[in-house]
Amino acid sequence: MARRPVALIPGRLAALLVALLCLGPLVPLLLAGGGGLAPADWAALRFTLWQAALSAALSAALAVPVARALARRAFAGRAALVALLGAPFLLPALAAVLGLLALFGRGGIVSDALAALGLPRLSIYGAGGVVLAHVFLNLPLATRLLLAGWEAIPAERFRLAATLDAPVWRLLERPMLARALPGTVATVFALSLASFAVALTLGGGPAATTVELAIYQALRFEADFAGAATLALVQYAIGGAAAALAWALAPPPPWGAGRGRPVARWDAGGRLARWGDAAALALASAFLLLPLGAAALRGLAGLAELPAGTGRAALNSLLVALGAALACLVLALPLALRGGALARLAGSLPLAASALVLGTGAALLLRPLVAPSALALPLAALVDGLLALPFAVALLGPAAEEAEARHGRLADALRLGGWARLRLLHLPLLRPALGLSLGLAAALSAGSLGVVALLGGDEATLPLLAARLLGAYRTEAAAAVTLLALLLGLALLLLFDLWGRRAAA
Amino acid sequence: MNGRPVRLLPLLLLAAPAMAQERPVLTVLAYDSFVAQWGPGPGIEAGFEAACGCDLRWATGGDGAALLARLQLEGPGEVDAVVGLDDALVARARATGLFAPHGLAPALDLPVAWEDGTFLPFDWGWFAFVGRRGGPMPEGFEDLAASDASVVIQDPRSSTPGLGLLRWVEAAYGDRAGAVWEALADNVVTVTPGWSEAYGLFLEGEADLVLSYSTSPAYHLIAEGDAGYVALPFAEGHLLQVEVAAALAASDAPDLARDFLAYLVSPPAQGLMATGNWMYPAVLPPEGLPEGFESMRPAATLVAPPLSEEAREALVETWRAALSR
Repeated sequence: MARRPVALIPGRLAALLVALLCLGPLVPLLLAGGGGLAPADWAALRFTLWQAALSAALSAALAVPVARALARRAFAGRAALVALLGAPFLLPALAAVLGLLALFGRGGIVSDALAALGLPRLSIYGAGGVVLAHVFLNLPLATRLLLAGWEAIPAERFRLAATLDAPVWRLLERPMLARALPGTVATVFALSLASFAVALTLGGGPAATTVELAIYQALRFEADFAGAATLALVQYAIGGAAAALAWALAPPPPWGAGRGRPVARWDAGGRLARWGDAAALALASAFLLLPLGAAALRGLAGLAELPAGTGRAALNSLLVALGAALACLVLALPLALRGGALARLAGSLPLAASALVLGTGAALLLRPLVAPSALALPLAALVDGLLALPFAVALLGPAAEEAEARHGRLADALRLGGWARLRLLHLPLLRPALGLSLGLAAALSAGSLGVVALLGGDEATLPLLAARLLGAYRTEAAAAVTLLALLLGLALLLLFDLWGRRAAA
Repeated sequence: MNGRPVRLLPLLLLAAPAMAQERPVLTVLAYDSFVAQWGPGPGIEAGFEAACGCDLRWATGGDGAALLARLQLEGPGEVDAVVGLDDALVARARATGLFAPHGLAPALDLPVAWEDGTFLPFDWGWFAFVGRRGGPMPEGFEDLAASDASVVIQDPRSSTPGLGLLRWVEAAYGDRAGAVWEALADNVVTVTPGWSEAYGLFLEGEADLVLSYSTSPAYHLIAEGDAGYVALPFAEGHLLQVEVAAALAASDAPDLARDFLAYLVSPPAQGLMATGNWMYPAVLPPEGLPEGFESMRPAATLVAPPLSEEAREALVETWRAALSR
């Protein structure tokens, strides 16, 4: 392995900082919490695990036919569909909620159709709505993870199987799924465990409360710091276990998945297979696109009734997103340049944490000094940046390794070290990965609700404003504000990505 | 682009706070529906500002209990007074030490005795379930639990009606309250953080019934000319709620805050309670209550004992446990 003396010290510092930020909040949580769980808290824990397991199982099961169809069919728009599958990961959870309400809510399109037929209207408040929203948000990710599995099967094997007239499913696909499914399920499970915005807006009572939501309620409803701390410890424990499981089982994030070409298959020519694949793709596209389209339409209609304070909230969201991108970069770059086990470990630490756990820890730490609400926006930026760190390290790490592998010796020979090496060797070669990392961190942050909602204060961000409007049943205005949050996130992602790619060109 | 307006803008921005500072600012924290366009807030603001020569600014954020938690979490900040706590929250609010005595002694027309130097009643009402004429009309909690009528309620941790419902069931059933809640669990469509959200859901048709007040139908009748809503008389009797306001001890304008509380129980503000907040005024106006206001006057009033913080926590835990089954 290439030695990189330049990066060792900043890398260690960054790892230390990440460890402090992720594990530090445990200290006040342990000091304040540990008071034992009430029966309803146990119920919240059971519901959290149950809904995450169900969301993961449904997402993965539904993803199998979709990924398979994508893996073996060439059609116009395939590239666009695969790209679209990457979008829900960056989608504000509220956009998903609004979309599903517009389609499946009581006043939604499906309910209107049912009512026209004399059937009862649907209601998606409660456990059903929570699981539906999680499947909506995670089916695309599960599909991309499985698609990566299919693409990892060499095309020659399919050809060989065809010549031998061997069963492709039993010999190739089933073993691949046996390898890829556990990681996929574990990843969606971990993501659904930390669900806050969905449970907040669709949960509807003690029967459908996640631990994250219970933390929020303990603090916002009762100013109960001890109760919130105890719940945050529970969330940390299950989040950590799930993240470790996903880390052990899952392949790295499949950013490159779907870029490969579909494999022409001799076993899939039958009419049944063709119709089946077409149905899987059509249903999945409809399930993903119709709610988003409906929410976007509502959002456009609601632009006329944007509330006062939208401009201020947009500015706050922009500042938080840029702050998150910066925080993420400052931590991720030294880790990526250092490389090795320490960087991988530090880079994955935030996977165990959640916005509300870190927010509660920060609130407990700051409370003796200052009202935590006064620092809600900077804390949100820091926490969002930290939560985006694993993705940034996954993007930057390989790029840094490649840069060293290709030009490290030349740089050594030229005695390039320290800043000169960073400026002349790393930054130019890492710029595409840097751009995408900054963009991802900013876009994730622009759609996130957790810390600002928890700590409150006078300053709102776009997602918080949208959540408040949704609470007041101003659905169109909420959709409009969510649309703005989505556009802000997309604009930041595209701008940073463009900046990164311009160097490469 | 013409540069002049752009160059003027920073000057205007600098001048704006200075202009505002000429009048002292009073910030009052209140629940959403109090401040809403159709609520009593705008009328009170106009009336009080004319009298005080000050700038009354509202701050909102959920129902009464959430307002109290917000003051605890974020500190009083700019807030000088709070409107919308209730009798059930008084012990909890007093324990925070955030509130100062008001020093007022208005003659109140409350159906219960009230002696408190810090928390000043401004209106009162009976909790009741509200439904649509022709819809399900259960006659009590057990009747409701046995029916398949759907109901929206508020979270007792954030909302004063939500907590009131817990006290209501407790006052009516005592030790059996937990069992009654378990029976009611499948009627509860959803639990909202505040009254506004619950009533909004009910009006959108998400449920047959909503927890509100015996006087809520008056809003539809008087303000909208719609006689289609009814408050359901319950055989167990109805719990009475007294809503209170208080001044913050940390206020930098304590005199103004006290003047505001005094105005709140004066005839002009009290005149806005019946047809603005749709609650019984704490001081009955000379003209009495409007026609149609008492479409359902409960035959029996349940009185709950003062609620200690331990008792409140026990009520909430029983409710959470019953509804999370």
